[in-house]
Amino acid sequence: MNWDELITLPVYRLTTKQKSPLFKKALQNLAQYHFENSEDYRSIIQFLYPAQWLNKEVPPLAVSLFKHHLLKSIANDDVFKITTSSGTTSQHVSRIVLDKINIVRQQKILSKIMQQWLGPKRLPMLIIDHANVIKDKFSYSARGVGIQGLSLFGYDHTYALHEDMSINMAAISQFFETYKNQHIIIFGFTFIIWQYFIEVLKKHEKHFKLNNVTLFHSGGWKKLQALAVSNKTFTAQIKAQLGQISVHNFYAMVEQTGTIYVECDAGYLHCPVWSDVIIRSKKDLSVIEELGVEGVIQVNSLLATSYPGHALLTEDLGVIFGEDNCNCGLKGKYFQVNGRLKKAQVRGCSDTQS
Amino acid sequence: MKTINDIFAESLDIPLADVTDDLSYQAIAQWDSTAHMVLIGAIENHYDIMMDTDDIIDMSSVAKAKKIIKKYQQ
Repeated sequence: MNWDELITLPVYRLTTKQKSPLFKKALQNLAQYHFENSEDYRSIIQFLYPAQWLNKEVPPLAVSLFKHHLLKSIANDDVFKITTSSGTTSQHVSRIVLDKINIVRQQKILSKIMQQWLGPKRLPMLIIDHANVIKDKFSYSARGVGIQGLSLFGYDHTYALHEDMSINMAAISQFFETYKNQHIIIFGFTFIIWQYFIEVLKKHEKHFKLNNVTLFHSGGWKKLQALAVSNKTFTAQIKAQLGQISVHNFYAMVEQTGTIYVECDAGYLHCPVWSDVIIRSKKDLSVIEELGVEGVIQVNSLLATSYPGHALLTEDLGVIFGEDNCNCGLKGKYFQVNGRLKKAQVRGCSDTQS
Repeated sequence: MKTINDIFAESLDIPLADVTDDLSYQAIAQWDSTAHMVLIGAIENHYDIMMDTDDIIDMSSVAKAKKIIKKYQQ
């Protein structure tokens, strides 16, 4: 299948059995493309995984490789934008090389996924951040990428925070008043929503009675875990301040922008048809087929065409709970992310010979 | 009466003479993804339309924009 066909696939309707052969073939083709077009990728594969490669496997690269190497499968002239990660765990940030076609496709796929949750129409949008976070031009931070990407689904983009991260209560109240009878979208990063929005509303005993709101948040739980705030606490506190609104976390990374994993009403993250999640053992990085067992998350995405980021071993721990039978009705794999891997827990892929 | 070219010039903060049909998204520093959303807002206000997400993504040149706007005016 080429992209003209891939893009028409239903986001969450294929069963694992239907998706598997299609996905495997497309991923192998993509890996072959990178092998032919990225010298660095070819060297890594030939040096570390010659046997797996001959066996038509697609070995994952450690996501940290993108922090040290500018990996790309396109000519210098075609480089359009380089996005960077927020780099929460180290001084280094990932750098992802994108060409025009890759960027457009990321937006289109993201749009297909989001429409499953928001419907086809754009909605008034409240962004829990300040406007300057997207002003940087050629190089985007993960926060900028997220906000920029999600902006497509809204209109009258209203920023809830001032540049010093203090709350703009007037803007927020006015936004809720203007759109009180309409479906609205709220988006922000998990920690920022908690620290600079929900906690502040709570402190000022400010309550809203909203109901037709879909709130999306992402960015990871590391900082909130340190404060002992779970997903449950987070959602409950949001509802206490804002009302009975719909709250969806999503798992995403700048290294595979576009294919995000949205949390359903049953509380599980779902794989869209264009990406796949695999759990690997912390001990030896072998694939864990059994459901319900925690391990290191590998993400595969067909979207990574301008850089060899199609199969990545993340630094996150997670559990796949099942396939095709989530209570919410969506097909495919569903999983949870349990947190970051401690550095000592696993040897990086570059020094593993499994 | 404001033309679509005027809206482009104002939103992207470029001289009107620089707005040609083949001017394309990201071809100049002023038309980046942030400016794109500003531009969309200006077009929507002026023509009193609401574009679909896919059209925003597809609006990759001035010529394309004209085509898309026409679609909403029918």
